[in-house]
Amino acid sequence: MKIKKGIGVSPGVVICQAVVLDAEEYRIPERHISAGLAGEEIDRLENALAGSREELIELRDNTAKRLGKETGAIFDFHLALLDDKSLLEKFRGKIEHESVTAEFAVAVVLREYAREFLQMPEYLAERVKDVYDIEKRILRRLIGQSREDLGHLTEDVVVLAHDMTPSQTANMDRDHIMGLAIDAGGRTSHTAIVARALGIPAVVGLNDITVSVDAGDMIIIDGNRGVVIVEPDEATIQEHRRFLQRQVEFTHELDRLRDLPAITMDGHEITLLGNIEFPSEATNVLAKGGLGVGLYRTEFLYLEKETEPTEEDHYQAYCKVIEVMEGRPVCIRTLDLGADKYTQAHSLIPERNPFLGLRSIRFCFQHLHIFRTQLRAVLRASMKGDVSIMFPLITTVMELRQAKMILRDVMEDLEEEGVEVRMDVPVGMMMEVPSAALQSNQFAQEVDFFSIGTNDLIQYTLAVDRTNERVAPLFTAAHPAVLRLIKDIIRAGQRHDVGVTLCGEMGGDPEYILLLLGMGLRTLSVAPPIIPELKKAIRSITIEHARRVARHVATFNTDKQIVSYLRDQIRQVMPEAY
Amino acid sequence: MSIQETEITLTNIHGLHARPATQFVQLANKYESKIEVIKNDLVVDGKSVTSMLTLGAEKGMSLRIRADGQDADKAISKLVELIGSKFGEE
Repeated sequence: MKIKKGIGVSPGVVICQAVVLDAEEYRIPERHISAGLAGEEIDRLENALAGSREELIELRDNTAKRLGKETGAIFDFHLALLDDKSLLEKFRGKIEHESVTAEFAVAVVLREYAREFLQMPEYLAERVKDVYDIEKRILRRLIGQSREDLGHLTEDVVVLAHDMTPSQTANMDRDHIMGLAIDAGGRTSHTAIVARALGIPAVVGLNDITVSVDAGDMIIIDGNRGVVIVEPDEATIQEHRRFLQRQVEFTHELDRLRDLPAITMDGHEITLLGNIEFPSEATNVLAKGGLGVGLYRTEFLYLEKETEPTEEDHYQAYCKVIEVMEGRPVCIRTLDLGADKYTQAHSLIPERNPFLGLRSIRFCFQHLHIFRTQLRAVLRASMKGDVSIMFPLITTVMELRQAKMILRDVMEDLEEEGVEVRMDVPVGMMMEVPSAALQSNQFAQEVDFFSIGTNDLIQYTLAVDRTNERVAPLFTAAHPAVLRLIKDIIRAGQRHDVGVTLCGEMGGDPEYILLLLGMGLRTLSVAPPIIPELKKAIRSITIEHARRVARHVATFNTDKQIVSYLRDQIRQVMPEAY
Repeated sequence: MSIQETEITLTNIHGLHARPATQFVQLANKYESKIEVIKNDLVVDGKSVTSMLTLGAEKGMSLRIRADGQDADKAISKLVELIGSKFGEE
């Protein structure tokens, strides 16, 4: 039994067998394809080989530069393997004649070679490592791109990986993945957000969990304490089973709240909405008692496929969500990507400081065709339900005006084409940059609503990269400066009768609920699984208490004081949550 | 122009291990001619590194190299030169 400590980023406990990504051995089941698809499978293979070849050439040249030509030449052997016609014919032959997937063909053929090499004189037997290395390189390409990776599991597993890319999580089989344990990352990393959205336990920042575990090992992931236990003994398993039982009872109790309103004890109604990233999550919002979608992140449309999403792709996804919500509000945020594969593919040089770079709305302004395609789809979908549209990362008033102008322009285009659109679709902006928060009174005169994105607002106010685990402890919503900006935004909204929603991670933490309601916030949008717990908290407090808490918090100077005070206050009204 | 064939003895320490085999194959692939390498009665494709490695050719063994095609002459002479230079090992 081994115990590894990390950062718990999504609560819950799970006991399950592990699948390890990026490990020595990929899990390559023999899977057959229909004969007509062999051509496609061979295309996938060729793409993977071409990609591996590029990687190797770069690796060889870089290694040669750093360690000398001789060392770099190691990769010449790898390249020669990739170019080996008899090898390629064997790959192709397997796919064509035995109708297997490209990854299975690669694994089988290369393992045959590895066995052959093992029987040769010693210096050649050593080359087996190279064969394994090349196998891994090709498989990484094949599996990385394919939906089969975590897409079609037949049994429940927890996934262990060095890091997960958005496209990996996008294609994950959500019925069978019960937990995540990741080497890299911090509290607000991509994996953490996805895990919370799916309601599965996750621990990140484990450094080397992927080398400590073999595929198939029994694992306990404890997202509450940020611990991963590898091959637990019987007593440990029993202890965690008992905990799970209690957890299930608590969840059932929360589920009973589903159809009750989120109303404080002194009668103030709070609107709880759900954040979603995939259309399929919309049903979960309703199942958990959410009153609508407060933040529909559309980035996954861009990450799911290799090609740019078409207007129709957008439209279909939006319509699916709108249909499920049956007239309840759906707030669609326009493309908010940056510093990742998609935007980097559009830029000539990698950005040195991507969080301050060409991301989000800035990226859209420089790639107008992408922006306009999305806006057309949102406007068309707006006819089907209660849709609003929201622009991310607005920093200056001019940016907001520009975005609105483009929206108006697209509306006119659609009108000219005879396509029906709602001319009065509500337009809002994310409040996630300090400059915008400080100007919230000006912005309030030009939008219909604000949505406070606390993750970015904290990152930009405190100058902390939220994905860098070495500074992640400095990332806190409780910093007095952050709280003051949030208060300013809520006040400006009230003064100008502009709706204010908070959609960041902060809103999902019951610790902050008293403070936020005390500041005047009445609408929160959180990951769907959190809605019941938050509702329970809201139903246990009074606005009067909340106001007192907010006033008191304003007298503190440090985040430490604020956090411990808030914990203490919520514990008094909702002891069972802690 | 035609079929060219020649015999040569491997003189470098480890015979045709991965790096020399890679060098041989890289050079062989520069020519249009079909190139085969023969050890005893085993005939393998001189343009395929996996085939070359299956020869298990060690120091002191003699190999026949056969080239068939337009540039057979040139291919043979360059490949012999490479083996003769002990693949730049020593």
